[in-house]
Amino acid sequence: MSLKSTLCAATALTLVTAGGAFADAHSATITIATVNNGDMIRMQGYTDQFTAETGIAVEWVTLEENVLRQRVTTDITTNGGQFDIMTIGMYETPIWGANGWLVALDDLSAEYDAADILPAMAGGLSYDGTLFAAPFYGESSMVMYRTDLMEAAGLEMPTAPTWTFIREAAAAMTDRDAEINGICLRGKAGWGEGGAFITAMSNSFGARWFDMDWNAQFDTEAWANTLNFFKGMMDESGPAGYATNGFNENLSLFNQGKCGMWIDATVAASFVTGADSTVADSVGFALAPDNGLGKRSNWLWAWALAIPAGTQQEAEAKQFIEWATSKDYIELVAANEGWANVPPGARTSLYENPNYQAVPFAQMTLDSILSADPNNSTVEPSPYVGVQFAAIPEFAGIASEVSQEFSAAYAGQQTVEEALAKAQAITNEAMEAAGYR
Amino acid sequence: MATKASRSAARLMMAPAVILLLGWMLVPLIMTLWFSFRVYLPLRGGDQGWAGFDNYIRFVTSSAFWPSVQTTLIIVIGVLAITVIFGILIALLLDQPIWGQGVVRILVIAPFFVMPTVSALVWKNMFMDPVNGLFSHLWRFFGAEPVSWLSDASLPSIIMIVSWQWLPFATLILLTAVQSLDSEQLEAAEMDGAPWHKRFWFLVLPHLSRAITIVILIQTIFLLAIFAEIFVTTGGAFGTRTLSYLIFQRVLESQNVGLGSAGGVYAIILANIVAIFLMRIVGKNLD
Amino acid sequence: MARSVTPRRKLLNTTAAWAIGLLIFFPILWTILTSFKTEAQAIAAPPIFLGFDWTLENYRVVLERSDYARFLWNSIIIAGLSTLIGVAIAVPAAWSMAFVPSKRTKDILLWMLSTKMLPAVGVLYPIYLLFIQLGLLDSRAGLVVVLMLINLPIIVWMLYTYFKEIPGEILEAARMDGATLPQELLYVLTPMAIPGIASTMLLNFILAWNEAFWTLNLTAVNAAPLTAFIASYSSPEGLFFAKLSAASTMAIAPILILGWFSQKQLVRGLTFGAVK
Repeated sequence: MSLKSTLCAATALTLVTAGGAFADAHSATITIATVNNGDMIRMQGYTDQFTAETGIAVEWVTLEENVLRQRVTTDITTNGGQFDIMTIGMYETPIWGANGWLVALDDLSAEYDAADILPAMAGGLSYDGTLFAAPFYGESSMVMYRTDLMEAAGLEMPTAPTWTFIREAAAAMTDRDAEINGICLRGKAGWGEGGAFITAMSNSFGARWFDMDWNAQFDTEAWANTLNFFKGMMDESGPAGYATNGFNENLSLFNQGKCGMWIDATVAASFVTGADSTVADSVGFALAPDNGLGKRSNWLWAWALAIPAGTQQEAEAKQFIEWATSKDYIELVAANEGWANVPPGARTSLYENPNYQAVPFAQMTLDSILSADPNNSTVEPSPYVGVQFAAIPEFAGIASEVSQEFSAAYAGQQTVEEALAKAQAITNEAMEAAGYR
Repeated sequence: MATKASRSAARLMMAPAVILLLGWMLVPLIMTLWFSFRVYLPLRGGDQGWAGFDNYIRFVTSSAFWPSVQTTLIIVIGVLAITVIFGILIALLLDQPIWGQGVVRILVIAPFFVMPTVSALVWKNMFMDPVNGLFSHLWRFFGAEPVSWLSDASLPSIIMIVSWQWLPFATLILLTAVQSLDSEQLEAAEMDGAPWHKRFWFLVLPHLSRAITIVILIQTIFLLAIFAEIFVTTGGAFGTRTLSYLIFQRVLESQNVGLGSAGGVYAIILANIVAIFLMRIVGKNLD
Repeated sequence: MARSVTPRRKLLNTTAAWAIGLLIFFPILWTILTSFKTEAQAIAAPPIFLGFDWTLENYRVVLERSDYARFLWNSIIIAGLSTLIGVAIAVPAAWSMAFVPSKRTKDILLWMLSTKMLPAVGVLYPIYLLFIQLGLLDSRAGLVVVLMLINLPIIVWMLYTYFKEIPGEILEAARMDGATLPQELLYVLTPMAIPGIASTMLLNFILAWNEAFWTLNLTAVNAAPLTAFIASYSSPEGLFFAKLSAASTMAIAPILILGWFSQKQLVRGLTFGAVK
């Protein structure tokens, strides 16, 4: 082969490669902002299959929850157009949908079977009857408890326990010398952390955030009861420093065998029975407790995929959403990682699947989800939608500050009365500023 | 002597930096001032019209305002005190002949290279966690009850984390100053029988005053704005809400840009008060 | 003020200095060690120092999950270019302030420093809107400009204090010999100023590398540097200390190594005119 022909071949090869790269760069690429939770990370691993099927490349922007929220909110409110798909929750979806910032998901394909989405989830992710975000996974909250410790304490967990029973059981299981805390709950500041827990809990104590005229209700006895009960129980039987514990900290404590009970997100069930858990074989599940007032203390949440209005890649984005939240995706994960690890809480068909029914926490998760009603979450009537939040734009800011006051009370830096008085002032002040009162 | 020509040349050479910074200052400043007089609520559709001084009044009358100013000042002063005092001590020690001086110097400087987010995460999760943190293991080892650092000693914890990050900077600058100290003068003083504290007070400290000024000035600018350390560790709870964190809450959590902008204007005023105050005290050291 | 001391004293000093050095370095050392542990060993009680099964698993997972090279490259480009441009703009300014001072020089310097005092979060919305208008969101160019402007006051100030230490007589002598202004800058000033410029650049490279507000809020994919990389590993669902440590180590390693090799330079250059 002459030098000349070698050169020619090389040039041709370069051109082909370059051309390929060129074509590649011009085929559709969608950018997705998402939260760094386990199920999303897993989904990223399977994205190659989506790209192979459709030719659509996917760029991920994976951020921790708080940073993600601030990032996508800035972008959507300013119409920045940085993302084709955003991962948002039940709090954001109705507000953004109402502002016309999201693409309506009302024309999904027949195979996708939108009617299969759990009604509670579809309801929370819609505005005015139109679905604006497709649930990737959904959750409620429930009691996870150690069957061995319950047995040792001579107690039996009912399917639907009361708070009084939980408190007694917690005290009975606590063994400080063995580093076993009867109960681990979120006390961490932040509306999505301790704020979400205490709000859901307050529902079962007959409390609510606002009355029908948007007046803050922290001066009511129901709120005082909620907080006093929580702090009393946690001081008796909770772990040291519970005022800074959130989902992660409690998960790690439970997995290390340091908690008798943990009331938290139903998605945690697959973690506490998974490989990282030292107590995987002795975990039982029960509905979140109540006080006999007609409302339980479980919440309702979904991480969902939504398309910001104004994206250039609406069709591709829809294709991705249909893929990621489809029945097929669930099958795909089940085939590779087992049924316990599929994204839960989004589809009715999942809970009708005999394979999934064999998963120990499946039924309790479904029952918990079904018992939460965002439109009617409080004992007394309230003007807002949402179980552990109120779906108004001002809520996140208010609840963050309020939960900081609560956390300070848990840590003993102020009394429950002081915290409630401050919460009342903060909330009314902010609601006045927002023009509600 | 500088001629007229070199004066105008000098002006020309300064022009790019001055014009750029003027733009960088004026554009955001004017936009902040504009927004601070508007009802600007992104989640309610953006600009809702004229607000007058409502935002200013609301921000300053909020129960969170004065505590946040206080917290800001405590953190700034606490970190400055720790970094300057320990910076001087470490600089004096590192200046002594020791084996492996270069390596020790690197070890001391290293925290400066760590991103604030990373250092906050490391401290929070691996040291201050009341159950799994290294401190809690240490405390238990000595039979003590582990401390919930970030709730029970929140401000000292944050001051400690930030001090750890800035101690290298202070040490580095103070070290260069110490190294330039006239050793003959010191030795003479030692010969004359001056005790160490007098030598330190009358010889070393005056020599370091300029370096200390620089440390205080530069650090104050950065410390007034610390954010990541609080965002990652306490999220503003337990009395760790600084003025810049309060503005963050107003702008991003409450999505009230008008109110946050008014807070921004207050923060500029506070920063300038601190700056003028600093200049009065330490400014003469700068010439 | 280094003097000769007795060996005993030297031993004492050495011990104290090493103890302090290791104490200060320990959090970083611990992070690096943890990055080689399994997740279970990372939270083991009592903590394990060295006697664990060293594993590269965490690094493998992190590398598989994120495009580390892209984040790293963005960090290098953004920190590097912003520093270079900043210095190019600051050198003439600092030169003229140091050698042709006027009554207002000090005021201008202080004003420059004061531009750093506007809290970043307060201007997030204005800057974000501006970036949308200019089409600079998620572009390296936009970040380079912002970081350059943020650090420019510090650069000018450092160079100014450094230039001031250069004796004016040398410049006068050069001028007498008929050197023009550019020649003066290039042949007389620059060689003398190089240590100062180098350490200024180093310091600003570090500051730009570690900046975590704008780099996080103005980027998505194309321009995202290592600060965004870290944000995808902090507080995930579940505590992953080992993986967090691996990601942290990867985020700080390049700058740590750079600092390691250049610390002599940094110490020598960072005199800030303190040498009298």
